[in-house]
This record gives sequence, structure tokens and C-alpha cells, in this order.
Amino acid sequence: MLLAFDTATPLVTVALHDGNEVIAEQVSDRPMKHGESLAPLIDAVTRQAGLVRQDLTAIAVGAGPGPFTGLRVGLVTARTLALALEIPVYAVCTLDVLAVEAYDTGAVEGDFLVATDARRKEVYIASYRDGVRTDGPAVLKPAVAASDLPVVGEGALLYPDSFPRPVGPARPSAGWLARVVTEERAELLDPEPLYLRRPDAVAPPAPKRVS
Amino acid sequence: MKDASAHGPLVLGIETSCDETGVGIVRGHTLLADAVASSVEEHARFGGVVPEVASRAHLEAMVPTIERACETAGIKLNDIDAVAVTSGPGLAGALLVGVGAAKALAWGLGKPIYGVNHLAAHVAVDQLEHGPLPEPCLAMLVSGGHSSLLKVTDVTVGVDPLGATIDDAAGEAFDKVARLLGLGFPGGPHIDRTAASGNSIAIDFPRGLTSRRDLERHRYDFSFSGLKTAVARWVEAKQRAGEPIDVADVAASFQEAVCDVLTRKAVDAALSHGIEDILIGGGVAANTRLRAMATERAEAKGIRVRVPRPGLCTDNGAMVAALGAELVARGRTPSALDLPADSSQPITTVVA
Ligand SMILES: [Zn+2]
Repeated sequence: MLLAFDTATPLVTVALHDGNEVIAEQVSDRPMKHGESLAPLIDAVTRQAGLVRQDLTAIAVGAGPGPFTGLRVGLVTARTLALALEIPVYAVCTLDVLAVEAYDTGAVEGDFLVATDARRKEVYIASYRDGVRTDGPAVLKPAVAASDLPVVGEGALLYPDSFPRPVGPARPSAGWLARVVTEERAELLDPEPLYLRRPDAVAPPAPKRVS
Repeated sequence: MKDASAHGPLVLGIETSCDETGVGIVRGHTLLADAVASSVEEHARFGGVVPEVASRAHLEAMVPTIERACETAGIKLNDIDAVAVTSGPGLAGALLVGVGAAKALAWGLGKPIYGVNHLAAHVAVDQLEHGPLPEPCLAMLVSGGHSSLLKVTDVTVGVDPLGATIDDAAGEAFDKVARLLGLGFPGGPHIDRTAASGNSIAIDFPRGLTSRRDLERHRYDFSFSGLKTAVARWVEAKQRAGEPIDVADVAASFQEAVCDVLTRKAVDAALSHGIEDILIGGGVAANTRLRAMATERAEAKGIRVRVPRPGLCTDNGAMVAALGAELVARGRTPSALDLPADSSQPITTVVA
């Protein structure tokens, strides 16, 4: 029984997959409340499926890129829960989850991009062919990444001038994350956050040394 | 039960309010493990804690620090009775990592979670060293993030704030003056060491909020911003005049001014509230001059002083576990699974 969750967008999404199909899925209703929402949602999907924590056999987590604080809530939860339950944890690039969903549902074929909101007027972006990542992820200005290819994800909706062909899902779902991991449809990563940006920090000028 | 140490609830505590990832394990009043991973060196070149750097370090350190604590304590995660975590106050992003980890542990182990106040944890930690807290006691918490005088009647229920800093925290003043003197970060230990060879009455630096008029409104409050500025002006004036500066004298005189105000107000607060025990906690409690002066002045008034050993004064997981164990022992209600991290959690809220 695979528990899957993604916290790399403003909303938290949680699902359970029994090896054959997704048996429960829930999405938070309050944006940017990852810390409050994730654990209750994990509890809720488990109850919804009539299961207990000991039934879980693996964890899947979205590794981002995405807002840092949300990303960390997901990853620290995945790592610590894996420790407590003594089960493995697999991470997947969040953009890959969107790509597989768009490809499998027939929204795209051939070459396409996935772009999500990186805030600060930038997007997290990666290139795909037939659902498989060929380049990225990177963080770029929409104008720099502008493309006439079909673009999956919220980035296309936010920057229509740069991405005139929005298609497929806007945000990743844990149900699709669970399918990606169960069917190994994307590269399985260690649960390390894909920050793609350095921390904003500037060293102050050194003070004059006192004799 | 096998021996005396087997008494009381087994609690794991997590602390991530600033730059230390702390995981402590206690059984009742007995400390079993206190694992701390610090990112202080990553912040040193910035002259202060960078929140994003701290948050990233917490995520990396969390699981290894939990494992190290369990190993040291000789327990399995499944053995614990409850999880406690600092839910505030502190850096929002840093707190979130600890709270997330604590929820995952609590849910994964099927045990209750207590989201606790960081300041109350600084008070509770003394039980690990000196046994049950005297009730009431006067707690003086001094660190880089806080400077407070608290009346503690029952640390699991409520803590009554008597006074606090109105500008910089005491530890912040140590950091800034250390930087001014070309000493390292964090400033406390450097000032303490340097001051040892200096003359504490060489320079008469101001004592904030001690004038008669200030005392009317701010009897138990502190202000260290003016002191910091006074030190900066003094150093600049000497440099302009081309005169040599005795760093040890400046450090000693500055330290004396801080300790003078802190201990004077703590003793005054204890006396006027009829409290016979003063407890000092927080990183600045490791300062040797503060310990000596507080003990001397309090004992002269018949007041006892308790200061945990320096390792327990700085931020750590043991203090959170200690408070958690007391909450379990006194049957307090645990937090809910939607417990938020509250960067400005008031001291009157012991359990969120
Ligand atoms: Zn502290």
C-alpha cells in the first residue's frame, strides 16, 4: 500500500495506491497551509480507505521544484514517516508527475513542456518527449523560456504571452504521483528537495577591526 | 520497573526554532539523550542566522539527529510514549520542519503530540538537572531571541510574563558588540572569554530602563539597544582620536552593564512577588559573569538561584522533551494533528 503526497504547489494533495489503482485521494482546501494540512490529510485518506498506518508499505513524495517551505514539509514528513514505519520512501520530480498525467490522458503527445509557478515572475520548467523528461528542470523567466510547444501546468496559464498553448492539468495530483511510482514511469529520486535556487542571503560588509 | 531511571513517561522532543536541530529523549526527569546538529557555522559569515539556510539545514539534519538520539538513549522509536515539539515562537520556516517531523513521528507511531512553547521549555529543562521546579519560581530567560522575566506557577499550564526586552534581546546585544570588537559569532562566548582579562569598571556604559522614571513604566522590562549604541559610539570616538582600544576592557564593561541590569531586575521581581527561587535559562545563561552576579545578589536576599549546565541552556531537544514529559505526567491535553507552527506563539500558551 503506497502513500503518496505532494506539497510542491500551494495545495497539498494526498493519495493511496494499492498496487492496482488509486483507492483514495484528497486535496487540501487552504492554500499555503502545508504544515497544518498534510498530517490530517494523511490521516483522512487512510481512514477513508479503511486502513491503519501499519498497512502502509512505501511512501511517494513530490520532490519539487516548488515553494520551499511547502516542499520541506512534504520531504521531512516523508523521511520521518518512513523512519517511524520502517518503510522506503521514493521521490519524483513534481513536473514529471504533471507530464505523465498529461501524456497518459492524451492531452499531449510528442514534444511538450511542463511549467509551474516559481513566483518572483519566474517558472519552473522542463522539456518532455512522449511523457519522459529530456531537459530540466530549471527556473527561468517566462520570456526566456517562451515556446510554441504545448505547455502543461500552471505556468502556461499564468504567462499566456510566453506559452500560448496551455494543455492538460494545471497542478500535480498525488494520485498520479502514486501511479508514476508504482509503474516506475519516471526517475525515482532520493527524497532531496529540488530547490533550484540558492537561499537569499547577503554577507554584511566586514566591520573595521578594532586595534 | 528495573531501576529508578525507569520512572515517568518516555518522551522525544524536537526543537527547530532557530539554527539548532535538537532531538532530546527523557524519561520523567531523567535525560537519556540530547542530540543537537547546529548550522551556526553556515550563518557565521552573515553575522546572524539566515532563516532559509537554517530551514534547509533542519531538513537535512532531522532524521540523522532522531536516529542519533535513539541510539544514545538506547531506545527504539516504538518505545516512546509521546512526541513534543517546539511550535513557537521562532523562525516560521524553521519551526515548520520540526513540527512536520513531529507530526509524522506521532502519527507513524500512534502516539500523542504536544506542540509546546519554546520559552516554557527553557524553564522545564532545569528539572533534568535539579529535579522538580519550585512552585512558584521566577524565570529569567536570556538568549539571542528573548529576554524575559516570567512568573512560573505551573509550567504546564501558564507562564505569567512580568517583563521582556522592548528592543534587542540580550544575546543580540552580545552578537552586535562582538562584531563591533572584531570578535566572532555568536558573540556571547567570545565576549565572556575576552572579558575575563578586562576591567569591568573601566567604562561606565548605560544601564537601560533603570532610571526612576523608566522604572515606573518598565520596572521589569529590558532595553539593550541604547547600550549597544553607546559601545559603538565609544569605540568610534577612540578610533577617531587615534587612541588604542582595550578590547578586553570594553567587553568586560559591556558585559557588566548587561548582567547588572538583568540580575537587578530579576532579584527585584522575585522579592516583590515573594518568590524564593530564581531560574536562569537561555543561551546567555551560560555567561559566567551572569551566573556569578545573579547568585551573589540573590543569595544576599535569601533567594536561591538555579541555572542548568550550559549545554542545557542553549536551544536543544531535551528541553522540549522535558516539558513534554511534564505535560504527560500532569495529564494535559495533547495538540491536534493540524497543529500550526506559530512564529509568535505567546508565552501564555504552553501547549498549542
Ligand atoms: Zn531559546
